[in-house]
Amino acid sequence: MESLIIEGTTKTPNVDFDSEKGKLEIRGRSIPENSIEFYKPLVDWLEDYAHTPKSKTEVNVHLEYFNTSSSKCILDVFKKLESIHKNKYDIQINWYYEEDDEDMLEAGEDYESIIRVPFKMIEIVD
Amino acid sequence: MSFSINEYYTKISEGDVLLAYRGSINSELINEVLEAVESKLEAKNEDAKIRKKLYNVLVESLQNLYHHIEETHDGIEEDLDPKFGILVIEREDEGEYRVTTGNFVASVKTKFLKEKIDKINSLSKDELKDMYKFILNHQKISAKGGGGLGLVDIARKTGKKMEYHFYPYNEKYVFFDLQILI
Repeated sequence: MESLIIEGTTKTPNVDFDSEKGKLEIRGRSIPENSIEFYKPLVDWLEDYAHTPKSKTEVNVHLEYFNTSSSKCILDVFKKLESIHKNKYDIQINWYYEEDDEDMLEAGEDYESIIRVPFKMIEIVD
Repeated sequence: MSFSINEYYTKISEGDVLLAYRGSINSELINEVLEAVESKLEAKNEDAKIRKKLYNVLVESLQNLYHHIEETHDGIEEDLDPKFGILVIEREDEGEYRVTTGNFVASVKTKFLKEKIDKINSLSKDELKDMYKFILNHQKISAKGGGGLGLVDIARKTGKKMEYHFYPYNEKYVFFDLQILI
């Protein structure tokens, strides 16, 4: 299947979902007014990917800011990953946060407590 | 004495103002405000933590306005844009920032809004976290895109009580202002 690549804007993140490598990355800011519109292609792509996932998928979420409207869509993305994980595929979500950004760490921990997929919190030190 | 937008706006933009705006709250305006505030805070060398919190609060409060503003203003005398709102960001004495947003709200909605804010204000840090996670996991995003998380998120990130006022305007509308300290 094809990879999904979306160029970031001031309000939406860069997306690089590489089906060959099993490496999915979301990076930047996610603060659109209409987040459903932005995230729909990601969720659709994951639905396809779920049919033939790699034995191991690495997910890197590297967000500087995200709004509450994105937070639900990000949860939808994670729920798709959770269903792949349930089918005995290896999934690892790496949640990056900038040094001392406790709010972003806490946001990652919120997801970790809802979604049954291994999470790793990674602090980015300058 | 009736409420006047001009008097209100003059009064709340008297302090050490970082940014004051009155007019249409649309997507472009939100972009401009965020960009302007970001560069001002950078120029001031403001602490990264405060910068991020302020940015987050601005995103949520402006998008709350954007999604919930009443587009018809029956009987409102002043010549206002349908998506009229007010935003003022000022620096307080102790290095805190105060973000004030204002908009017209249908009088019938005041009770709902008041109860919602009072409820959020009454919760502890852990209770806010639980409430946030519950809404995140159990409620669908509304057609307006908000999903009811904005105010909870603001309360969590600031750790402070939100202040608000309802100024009677006419039979149908009140002017609602929300003040957030960061």
